[in-house]
Amino acid sequence: MSATSVAAVEQYDYEIIKKFSIMAIVWGVVGMSAGVFIASQLAWPWLNFDSPFLSFGRFRPVHTGAVIFGFGGSALFATSYYVVQRTCQTRLFAPGLATFTFWGWQAVIVLAALSYVTGFSQGREYAEMEWPIDLLILFVWVAYGAVFIGTLMQRKQPHIYVANWFYLSFILVTALLHTFNNLAVPVDLFSMKSYSLFSGAQDAMTQWWYGHNAVGFFLTAAFLGMMYYFVPKHAGRPVYSYRLSIVHFWALSFMYMWVGTHHLHWTALPDWASTLGATFSIMLLLPSWGGMINGIMTLSGAWDKLRTDPIMRFMIVALSFYGMSTFEGPLMSLKDVNALSHYTDWTVGHVHSGALGWVAMIAFGSLYHMIPKLWNTKIFSVRLINAHFWLATIGTLLYITAMWISGISQGLMWRAFDDFGNLQYSFVESVAAMHPFYAMRAIGGMFFLTGMVLMAINIFVTIRQGKRDAESAQARSAVAAA
Amino acid sequence: MFKNFKHEKIETNAGLLLVLTMLAVSIGGLVEIAPLFFLKDTTENVDGVRPYTPLESRGRDIYIREGCYTCHSQMIRPFRDEQLRYGHYSLAAESKYDHPFQWGSKRTGPDLARVGGKYSNEWHVQHLIKPKSMVPESVMPNYQWLQENKLDVSDIGGRLRALRMTGVPYSANDEEYQRNVKQFGEAVAKTLHIPDALESLVAQAQSGNFDGDRSSVSEMDAVVAYLQVLGTMVDFSKIKPEDLVKFR
Repeated sequence: MSATSVAAVEQYDYEIIKKFSIMAIVWGVVGMSAGVFIASQLAWPWLNFDSPFLSFGRFRPVHTGAVIFGFGGSALFATSYYVVQRTCQTRLFAPGLATFTFWGWQAVIVLAALSYVTGFSQGREYAEMEWPIDLLILFVWVAYGAVFIGTLMQRKQPHIYVANWFYLSFILVTALLHTFNNLAVPVDLFSMKSYSLFSGAQDAMTQWWYGHNAVGFFLTAAFLGMMYYFVPKHAGRPVYSYRLSIVHFWALSFMYMWVGTHHLHWTALPDWASTLGATFSIMLLLPSWGGMINGIMTLSGAWDKLRTDPIMRFMIVALSFYGMSTFEGPLMSLKDVNALSHYTDWTVGHVHSGALGWVAMIAFGSLYHMIPKLWNTKIFSVRLINAHFWLATIGTLLYITAMWISGISQGLMWRAFDDFGNLQYSFVESVAAMHPFYAMRAIGGMFFLTGMVLMAINIFVTIRQGKRDAESAQARSAVAAA
Repeated sequence: MFKNFKHEKIETNAGLLLVLTMLAVSIGGLVEIAPLFFLKDTTENVDGVRPYTPLESRGRDIYIREGCYTCHSQMIRPFRDEQLRYGHYSLAAESKYDHPFQWGSKRTGPDLARVGGKYSNEWHVQHLIKPKSMVPESVMPNYQWLQENKLDVSDIGGRLRALRMTGVPYSANDEEYQRNVKQFGEAVAKTLHIPDALESLVAQAQSGNFDGDRSSVSEMDAVVAYLQVLGTMVDFSKIKPEDLVKFR
């Protein structure tokens, strides 16, 4: 390897990034397996095994927690520590705190999963962790903020690179959302159980302000930070439009925070609030597509890489899914569409076109780019990456197609009337009609999971090879010295 | 002032970037959330809505523990099909004592906002133990452990005290009890009195006989008691539709 990359390994703090990268892949396999499991339970309910610990209701947050916070969170910690060091040309501020963020965050994921299966839940989607775990998250997050902002402050470059703006807004907003959505009164100091401070309409509003911005900042802004560093870096081209990235950043940060109420259309939340949410959801299409165009056009002049480089393909397909879900989102936020789509599988499909298509694929691309650099080696097998790419793409398409069909069918069956003005279908008829699509969704998930397992194998061998290279290089220099 | 402004100023100053980002992301939440706590017409003023009895409240805890909200909503929308299938659309007032709210986001199973009184206790017990025995096409898991587990009542006082701290009018002293008598009537006020919570819980389980076994209080007793009260508190025959329109 060239002298510069060896220098980079010494110049930056890579140990913490290596740890988080490995855990991102571990949690990816675990969380996606949990996803395939609960999807299969809906298709074949005997898979609940009559066990309280494995029943769908308790296991679903295990899946969402492991993929969002385990896989997504670890990938974000890893890439943000990588990007902030390299673009600021400095080492991490307070490496001890950074190590604490690693162990603290892994503890959060494990404790959360254990608490769900043993029956502790706040009953708030994606914020099911009970109050002691919430406090641990808060400590970890403050430490993360300190490390990231501290590193920005000691930068050796006058400019703060655009990727860091997105990471910064993600860190700030996550702190804000987490704190306010988890305000609760514990039963007592030694009890895991708590009751949320708010109730009814106010509680619903707070939860979906949290819920949608967990998507908006944890799963979008932060992954856009990833995109703004790794896409130009991997393509070897500058970002398409600097001005567009400024507009993208400020418009996205401002508008996203308004749109959570579109989860509460036609409910007992006052109309003015849900109308505001719909309005901003539609406006949000513009910055989202601005960002997508900025990412895809970065490839101009290097389009041939799409044919030869599966990592580039992961990134561009991720951006395409980003564009597709950010079009579908505003569509579903229209009250008339929402009247049909709400409460159905369409929502589940929409989330997964974002989560599998955008979040996971941009993370795969970035990890494939970054991991060989961390261990100062080459990826073990490009063909395996290619296989992973196709499994992931086919899996995602199977998943979202199944959910489109089942979601729209549910919506139509529930509101169908016969010639006499009576409801045409009983509820359970709609349940029975979903079976083939639930099976198809589970199969789509299996494709995606298989790809994830191939990645784990590929990365495992790559790391082993990187370690061997380093050892033999050391041995050679020892021999030379002797 | 703006003429000479360059975005570069923000890009080269981490503190400024942080402050401006915080500003940009705070406005939406402030505008949408804060007014809900002050605008009186967010939650309607209707008769009949009361806090859950100790037994119902424990049933609700179990509903949350088992993650029922991952498949069942409790929020009926104002559409003709939902009116026919589930009943009158849900009012904000009906969940004003719900900490947390359980409106849900997905109907893998039907809405439960007004399931109370629709089926007998026996039906619910059979259905929770083995849903397929009542509804052959169901994909719901079996919850036979609800029948097997005795209800943990050791911290019932602590649970109600925590709910009282969030603003639910459970009474801890005589003054609060009298206030509840005035607001909800004596029969209800008795069930909301924290010092008598355990007594009230056992009495309701005994007289309701929800799980068909009077010898002990099971988790099934609590869950069925909770399901049977859902959506039954407001008497819609006494409410004119015009009175509700202004809240929408």
